[in-house]
Amino acid sequence: MELVKSITTPVVLDYDYVTGRAQSRFLRGIAEGRILGQRCIECKRVYVPSRGACPRCAVRTEEEVQVSDKGTVTTFCIVRVPSENLAFNPPYACAAVLLDGANIPFTHVLQECALEDVRMGMRVQAVWVAKEQLGPTMSSIRYFKPIAEPDAEYDTFKEHL
Amino acid sequence: MRDVAIVSFAQSAKARETRNEVEILMPVVQEAVKNSKLARQEIGFTCSGSSDYLQGQSFAFVGALDAVGAWPPIKESHVEMDGAWALYEAWIKIQTGDVDSALVYSFGKSSPGDLPEILALQLDPYTMTPLWPDAHSLAALQARAFLEATGKTERDLARVVARSLCSAVTNPHAVVSGAVEVEKLLAEPYVCSPLRAHDLPPITDGASAMVVVAGDLARKLCARPVWIRGFDHRIEPLGLGMRDLTRSASTEIAARNAGVHKGVLDFAELHAPYSHQELILRAALGLGDEIAINPSGGALASHPLMVAGLVRIGEAAMRIMAGRGDRAVAHATQGPCLQQNLVCVLEGE
Repeated sequence: MELVKSITTPVVLDYDYVTGRAQSRFLRGIAEGRILGQRCIECKRVYVPSRGACPRCAVRTEEEVQVSDKGTVTTFCIVRVPSENLAFNPPYACAAVLLDGANIPFTHVLQECALEDVRMGMRVQAVWVAKEQLGPTMSSIRYFKPIAEPDAEYDTFKEHL
Repeated sequence: MRDVAIVSFAQSAKARETRNEVEILMPVVQEAVKNSKLARQEIGFTCSGSSDYLQGQSFAFVGALDAVGAWPPIKESHVEMDGAWALYEAWIKIQTGDVDSALVYSFGKSSPGDLPEILALQLDPYTMTPLWPDAHSLAALQARAFLEATGKTERDLARVVARSLCSAVTNPHAVVSGAVEVEKLLAEPYVCSPLRAHDLPPITDGASAMVVVAGDLARKLCARPVWIRGFDHRIEPLGLGMRDLTRSASTEIAARNAGVHKGVLDFAELHAPYSHQELILRAALGLGDEIAINPSGGALASHPLMVAGLVRIGEAAMRIMAGRGDRAVAHATQGPCLQQNLVCVLEGE
């Protein structure tokens, strides 16, 4: 008898995803071309995007603050593995960007930059879609690109690695 | 064995939540911690129960920790089970002597997906899941087998529903409640014969949290701590054809090991998502007609999956803490057709 070595069992599940209050506010901001964070009333850290809570202090975050769309690359990787539904062809750089005014890095893709030039401390800025195409989705930011500013000192972002 | 008591409990339940899991959990966790009179940092262990499949969001169980405040870093664990099993793990952790207190929480958001379909994923992945039997259909198979084997009727199921929904009127966490007549229930159409819509658990989004504490510390914190006097859980084979669906052998064993009948029971909180399952559980637990069943309204009135089992224990504990009973049995179930069952015996100080 020949053993059955594999079977195919398609699984398709549909969900009506609910973002919640804090992420709804964040995505509404993105639709206006603004990046909104929330500040913890106790430790003053600014979370972007916020999930409505400070995970260190265990309190609700309610104070909304707009952060810059410029920031510093704290760490990065070069993606060389192709997969479905990617907006960019590998290889490309994926970076953790500490936006000015935020206390946690934000992950996005880097473009307009040779891969060998990507480095920790590099200053970057968001490139948005055209104003009429803005919507409550992360694809409203196309990617981040390098800007002509001196690299940030390691000490300014070392606690975010 | 160390004596372990429930000192606080909080919950939230709605038919459909628009908040994320952190936003749902945080007020519930904060209420339970505050009422425990322990500071967040004093709690020795944290254990949670949930399943990311329900809301279709990977690592929701990790994200939920934002509601707890895991800083400075905490000792933490998670079970892909109802929160009642998280409580069991916390109870074991306290038994080891490693910690004296624990926070247990659970959350479940069923409304974003098609829950009866999603539950097909907990079946045998080779021979059963590909057939996509929905949870209601499997429960109806069990209900049919039960009615045929015992001579019980659909009227008996309707009586369970009428009593549950009536009891739920005073429960602020019920999503279905009201005075209903058995005749009217029996006139409703079938969803999966012999089950009608009211025989099925209502889709519910919710969360619950509980603080448990050992020995004298519990007496110091709480005027009337509710002691866990017996605790056991048992599982049956996954294949539905391998089990006698008309009884619950795992509940029978767990009940014996937990010592359900070592004292007089004042009431029972049973996690029976489908009306016929309450009758199976009553038989397995040996509960006579004199014992009040589900004063909270039970799972037919509110059923946040992954939460509803811990809620049974919490409801029973709060009732005893309020002086409305001295000794009770609480039960939780998981898996298709009562596959896995947990029994917890509670007693007031």
